[in-house]
Amino acid sequence: MEKKTALYDRHVELGGKMVPFAGHMLPVQFKKGILEEHKIVREHAGMFDCSHMGEARIDGPDALKNVNNLFTNSFDSMKDGSCRYSIMLYEDGGCIDDLIVYRRNQDSYYVIINASNAARDVGWIRDHLTGDVTLTDMCDGYSQIAVQGPDSLKMASIVSGTPLPEKYYTFTEHVMIAGVDCFVSRTGYTGSFGYEVFMPNEGAVAVWNALLDIGVEPCGLGSRDTLRTEAALPLYGHEISETIDPLTAGLDFAVKMDKPDFIGKSGLVKRGAPTKKRVGVKVVGRGVIRDHQDVYDGDKLVGFVSSGTFMAWINASAGMAFVEPELAVVGKQLEVDVRGRRVPVEIVPLPFYNTAREVPVLK
Amino acid sequence: MNIQSDCKYTKSHEWVKDLGAGCALIGLDDYAQDQLSELVFVNLPEVGDAVTAGESFCDVESVKAVSDVFSGVTGEIAEVNEELADNPQKINEDPFGAWIVKVANITAYGDLMDATEYKAYCETL
Repeated sequence: MEKKTALYDRHVELGGKMVPFAGHMLPVQFKKGILEEHKIVREHAGMFDCSHMGEARIDGPDALKNVNNLFTNSFDSMKDGSCRYSIMLYEDGGCIDDLIVYRRNQDSYYVIINASNAARDVGWIRDHLTGDVTLTDMCDGYSQIAVQGPDSLKMASIVSGTPLPEKYYTFTEHVMIAGVDCFVSRTGYTGSFGYEVFMPNEGAVAVWNALLDIGVEPCGLGSRDTLRTEAALPLYGHEISETIDPLTAGLDFAVKMDKPDFIGKSGLVKRGAPTKKRVGVKVVGRGVIRDHQDVYDGDKLVGFVSSGTFMAWINASAGMAFVEPELAVVGKQLEVDVRGRRVPVEIVPLPFYNTAREVPVLK
Repeated sequence: MNIQSDCKYTKSHEWVKDLGAGCALIGLDDYAQDQLSELVFVNLPEVGDAVTAGESFCDVESVKAVSDVFSGVTGEIAEVNEELADNPQKINEDPFGAWIVKVANITAYGDLMDATEYKAYCETL
């Protein structure tokens, strides 16, 4: 039985097409449709109910030690109020999930995790904590609204208390929106400027309505996926998985092999040099490429598409694929098997679009 | 939902417009385009392809899904609407104007409903 988020009724009232996803009922799109929602985020601002995602807090004198042990990135030089992307690995180097760590202070961290893996992640963390540290599971009590697009800047007009975070990958707590105490990060999963807003479930509707009032467009899972693919952002189960390790996925920046140790480090070493490389592929023939389709170089099977779709901003079908490293050259012509038909594609640089770091100018 | 009276309809929501002399136009109707939502690709068939009543002769893609298009007649494709190659969204904008194929040498018709029967059928869905 799927769970309803705190915003379920609002979605239905606004014409959301509700579908089951990661144990929750969520809107895949609203009335304007996926292509339109995608363009609205790139040009204006859209908001996504991300309450299905998980949140946890790690506290204690040994919190930093545990965060360094559980996750691949290095957290020593992290400033209070900053966010850092990381992967959590199994001992053999396969991925459990990718996540973002928010450092409140040296002894306290939020961890934001994928919906589909939330229970597994929390269980794993709990089982692998050592020393003087506690884990608080916030998943059921917290909602999240992602506000993405250049007009997200308008959010400043509805907040009081602590100001919104300015720098990319920073967060502030006790941001008051419509009387609700939220924490807000300058993060997102679309490749456009924006914020992720976290609040207790009881406050979600008030925040959503306040955002609607300033003209932010409700958007669904469909456009969330096309946007993140256009931004070349990884999705668990596609670009990383139990079999695709983070180095093969090209996420070296988040894997600090020079750390003394972390769970999965020796597993990564044992795996050796990656046998596939993640590249961008764009259709130069006719058709739409999708995940799990095979990639060919002539008659030779050389890889697979990990995420493929039609991207409304660049107005083309494109995606990410894993191919043999020698072929991973921009300009290389390959083919994707689309339901028995070979569609010509070309390797192109990634991302297709990503301006998330830059602060836009509000028109 | 728009149902034009000068067409016949299949259960799979294609419209068939008889042109006389064993020819007909086939397209996706308003119900179909609404269900599919914005199309991003039409995998057009070739002139000369044989079509069989009740069988798929091409597919269309929206962002999330691929759907087969079924022929209401048995015959041979005489013309293909090339405009749909670069403008698949025309099917959403004008489902009855955006014909997909013109079939000639029709030798058989499938189970087709007239506008009234089709309207009643849609109400059961």
